[in-house]
Amino acid sequence: MVQHITAALAGNPNCGKTTLFNALTGARQHVGNYPGVTVEKRSGTVKSGETLMDVVDLPGTYSLTAYSPEELVARDFIVDERPQVVINIIDATSLERNLYLTIQFMELGAPMVLALNMMDAVKKQGKTIDVDLLSSLLGVPVVETIARTGAGKHELIQRTISFIREKKEDWTPLHISYGPFLDPALGEMEKIIQEQKFLTDRFPVRWTALKYLEFDEQIMAMGQQSGGDVHGRLTALVKEISDRCMQTLEVEPDAIIADYRYGHIAAMMKRGVVKRDITRQRIHLSDTIDRVVTNQFLGPFIMLATLYGIFQVTFPIGEIPMGWVEAFFEWLAAMALVSIPPGFVQSLVVDGVIGGVGGVMGFVPLIMVMFMAITILEDLGYMARMAYMMDRVFRMFGLHGASLMPFIVSGGIPGGCAVPGVMAARTLRSPKEKLATILTAPFMNCGAKVPVFLLLAAAFFPENAAGVMFGMTILSWVVVLLVAKLLRSTVIRGEATPFVMELPPYRMPTFRGVLMHTWERAWQYMKKAGTVILGISILIWAAMTFPGIPEDLSSQLQARQTAVEARMAAVADKSEIQLQLHEELVSIENQRAQTALRYSFAGRLGSFFEPVTRLAGFDWRTNIALLGGFAAKEVIVSSLGTAYSLGAVDAQASDSLGSRLAADSLWSPVTALSLMVFVLLYAPCFVTVAVISRETSWKWAAFSVIFNTSLAFTLAAGVYQVGRVLF
Amino acid sequence: MSARINLRKMQIHQTGVIRSVKATGELGRRIRDMGLVPNTEVQVVGRAPLKDPVALRIMDFTITLRNNEADYITVEIKED
Repeated sequence: MVQHITAALAGNPNCGKTTLFNALTGARQHVGNYPGVTVEKRSGTVKSGETLMDVVDLPGTYSLTAYSPEELVARDFIVDERPQVVINIIDATSLERNLYLTIQFMELGAPMVLALNMMDAVKKQGKTIDVDLLSSLLGVPVVETIARTGAGKHELIQRTISFIREKKEDWTPLHISYGPFLDPALGEMEKIIQEQKFLTDRFPVRWTALKYLEFDEQIMAMGQQSGGDVHGRLTALVKEISDRCMQTLEVEPDAIIADYRYGHIAAMMKRGVVKRDITRQRIHLSDTIDRVVTNQFLGPFIMLATLYGIFQVTFPIGEIPMGWVEAFFEWLAAMALVSIPPGFVQSLVVDGVIGGVGGVMGFVPLIMVMFMAITILEDLGYMARMAYMMDRVFRMFGLHGASLMPFIVSGGIPGGCAVPGVMAARTLRSPKEKLATILTAPFMNCGAKVPVFLLLAAAFFPENAAGVMFGMTILSWVVVLLVAKLLRSTVIRGEATPFVMELPPYRMPTFRGVLMHTWERAWQYMKKAGTVILGISILIWAAMTFPGIPEDLSSQLQARQTAVEARMAAVADKSEIQLQLHEELVSIENQRAQTALRYSFAGRLGSFFEPVTRLAGFDWRTNIALLGGFAAKEVIVSSLGTAYSLGAVDAQASDSLGSRLAADSLWSPVTALSLMVFVLLYAPCFVTVAVISRETSWKWAAFSVIFNTSLAFTLAAGVYQVGRVLF
Repeated sequence: MSARINLRKMQIHQTGVIRSVKATGELGRRIRDMGLVPNTEVQVVGRAPLKDPVALRIMDFTITLRNNEADYITVEIKED
C-alpha cells in the first residue's frame, strides 16, 4: 500500500533550500501562490519505494514572526496543515544564525529533520561539525547534504521516512527557559491559557504566551476574536511585565526572548558542535572578492560595466530566437491567409489572434534571456551587493537598493522591457518600496518606445538625434525617481522598511537551478499571453476594424480601383505607365485602409478625443496610434503609417513616414517633443499592466494606467503650450 | 576596559562586541533575527560607496545595515 506523507521544507533565505528542493523533486513540481498573497508556493513529490512524499517548499525566512507575508505563510502552513515533518535546511557555514529558526519550529512542536547543507563549504573553511552531538543535543535526526551536487539527498529521504514511521508521540513543543524575569510571567500566562483552553486547538500553550509577550499582531487579533476575558487578562499581564522590563533592563520582552533563544543555541555550541582549524586563519574568499567588487571607488564602475555588459549581451542574444518566433508567427499568418477566405474571419485570425498573440509571444525569448542573466546575478550573490551599493541613493526617493535591477531591466539603459522589469521587482522584500518600484518602472525607456523616438528625432531633429535619445533617457530617470518620491509621500506613504539584509557568500549558480527558474518565469508569462492577452488583442483588433468603411466611400474607392485596373489591362506589360498605375493602385489601397481606420471605433474615439488632445498637439491620427500603442508600443509607428495612408509602416524603416510628418503643417518640432514625452510616460502596454496586476492587484494596475496617462498628458500639454509660445 | 561606542562610529576592520540593542518593533525584530544580539562579536568589513549602509561580519556571515539603523546598537571595541 502506498503511504502518503506531507513534508514542509523550511529554512533561511540563501541556505540552498530551492536547490535542495529541485534536487529532491526534480521536474515533478508545481508553482502557485498561497491564497491571498503574492508569495510563491512550490510543491512537488518524491517517490521512494512504497512512500509518496509531498514536499512543500516554504518561503525562506529568518524567523517566524508576523512581520512579513513570507513568515506568516510559513507559520500558518505549519500550524494549519500540520505536515508530518518539517525538513529544516540549514546553511552549515553559519550554523548559529540558522538554528534560530530551528528553535522556533521546535517551540511550535513540529516534528523535524535537520538537513545540514553546504557541508563542502564548511570543510573549505576548515571547520568540522559534530553531527551526532548536534543531533543528540537537539533531539532530532540530522543529515549532511550538499544540495548543489545532490549529495546526501537519498539519505535525507530515507531518514525522513523512517523518522515518520518510528515517531510515536504527537507534537511535543520544546521548552526553553526565558530567565528569572520572564519565566514566572510565562508560567502565570500558561496557567490561564491552559485553564480556559485559549487557542489550544491551534497552538501550544507556552507558544501562545510567548507570542503575547512578543506583541505578535496575528495571534493577539485571534485572541481578541475568540471572546471571553482571557485576551484582556493576558494583555494586562504583558503590559505589567513589559513595563518592568523597560524600567530595569531598558528593553522590551521580545528582545529578552531573542537573547535567550540565542543563548540556548550558544550553550549548545559551547559543547563543541563546531570545531575550527585554528592553525589556518582563513580569509573568506567572498571577503577578498568584496574588497574589489564593492570597493568605494571601483565598486560603482564595476556595477555599471556589469549592467552595461548584460544589456550588450542579452539583447543581441535574445533577438535571435525572437526572430524565430516572429518568423513562425509570420508563417502561421501566411498559412491562415491562404486557407481562410478573405473577410472578417481571415482578418480576425490573422490580425487579431495571430498578430496579437504573436506580438506578445515574441517577447518570450527576450524574457528568458533577461531572466537567465538576473537569476545568475542573484544566485551569484551580486544582486545583494548592487542593492548595498545603491541603497543610499534610492533611499532618498523612498525606494530600496534592490530597486536598481527592475529599473535597469525596464529600460534604465534604453532598450529594456518593463515586463521582465516588473517581474524582477520580486527580489524586493520590502512591500512599500516594491510597490513604488513596480509602479514607476514602466516609465523607463523600453525597447518598444525607442523606434518612436528614432522616427521623430530623425524627422525633426536630424542634427541632434543622439542628443534627443539621451535626453529621453535622462527624463525617464528623473520622472521615475520623482514619481517614486511622490508616491511614497502620498498613496504609499510609510516608514522605510528596515534594510537589514544578508550579503550571501559568492557562489556559483547551478545550471539546473538557473534553467528551471528561467523556464518558470517564461511559462507564467506565456500562460498570461494565452488568456487575458488573447482577449485584449481581439478587442483592439475589433476596435480598429469595425464598423468598416461607409457604403458610399467604399463604392467611390471601388470605382477608382476598377478604372485603374481597366487601364492597366489596356497597356503593355512592364511599361512605364504600368508601373505608374500600379503605384496608383497601392495608394488607393492605403487610402482605403486609412478611411477604414478613421471610421472604425478606434478612429471615432480618436476623433472624439481630438478637442482635448489638441492641447498637446495631437490630432485624431496620432490618437489612433496611441490607442494602438496600449496593445504594444511597437504598434505606434505602424498605426501612424496607416493613419497617414502610407500602409502599415515597418518600424525599422520609417523614413517615408518621417518625411511625411516633417512636411505636414500640423507637425513641428514642438509637436514631436510633446509626443515623445507622452509616449515615454503614458499607460504601460497591456502586457505590463497584466504583469503589474499579477504582482500587486488589479487596483494598482488600473491606477498605473490612469495615473501614468494623466501625468503624461499634463507634461506633454505643458511642453506643447510652452513650446508654442517660445518658438 | 575598553570604550563603548555607537556602531555607526566604528572604523572599517574594527572588531567589537555588541553590548546593547535599543531598537524596538519591526526594526528591533529584524536586527535580532539576523543575530545582532548582545554579546555577539561584530567586525565592520566595509561601507558602501556613499558611506552608508555598512557591512558587518557576525557569526561567520555578512549582513548590511543602514547607518540610522546602526545607531540603535552600542559596541564595546576590542583592543588589538
